[in-house]
Amino acid sequence: MSLRSPLSRARGLGSAKHGVHHFWVQRVSAVALIPLALWFVFSVALLAAKGGSFDAVRYWASYPSVAVTLVLFLAAAAYHSALGVQVVIEDYVAGEGWKIALLVFSKFTHLLIAVAGIFAVLKLALA
Amino acid sequence: MTTKSPADSRPLSPFMLGSYYRFQWTSVLSFAHRLTGLGLSLGSALLAVWLIALAGGPQWYGAVAAHVQAWYGQVLLFAWTFALMYHLCNGIRHLFWDIGRGFELKTAQYSGYAVVVVSLLLTAAAWALACFR
Repeated sequence: MSLRSPLSRARGLGSAKHGVHHFWVQRVSAVALIPLALWFVFSVALLAAKGGSFDAVRYWASYPSVAVTLVLFLAAAAYHSALGVQVVIEDYVAGEGWKIALLVFSKFTHLLIAVAGIFAVLKLALA
Repeated sequence: MTTKSPADSRPLSPFMLGSYYRFQWTSVLSFAHRLTGLGLSLGSALLAVWLIALAGGPQWYGAVAAHVQAWYGQVLLFAWTFALMYHLCNGIRHLFWDIGRGFELKTAQYSGYAVVVVSLLLTAAAWALACFR
């Protein structure tokens, strides 16, 4: 029999430390995405206005400041999206097995999107 | 050992839609925030495909560009632009709620109108820039 009180066991465990982590990083990534998303949409609109040819788009994407901002956008968007889809799955998928399977699938897919997208930008920028 | 806890047989979140729940302007906007968020998640996959094609060379890029320029590609791109602008504007509305501002019913309704109007304007601005510049 342990003489430790339930409180001492609970301290430093579970939500005692990480309860608001998901909430907080969802907001932080949201704030980061405000300028990044606006920059991306209007940059692509400008590219489209100039015809959107392969050479023009490649030149744009491989420009150092653009490449860095694209990487930041991809990383923030994939992270924010993974957090959001996680909440949707947790809210609407009833079976525990399906829920865990979908959560893992979602996390892997988001990681794949981020890594593949960032790799493509780096390949362009460092070519 | 698998025993069903009572929680397993409880109805899950969207069950009350339709029969028990009266739609309101503010709740429709709330659903739209989730729906556009999911749409944007799919969009991020297409964004990665676009960048991979760009890195793959003119042939790959041309193959993707043909779909983007087709009518369904343009419809999707327009829907995607609006989804992004809406999710962004409504997200800012949510951030104000997170710091405890704008909870009054009238304020929440008016900020909802503002979100729809501003996201439509931003969508129109992006497409005007792309098409008429």
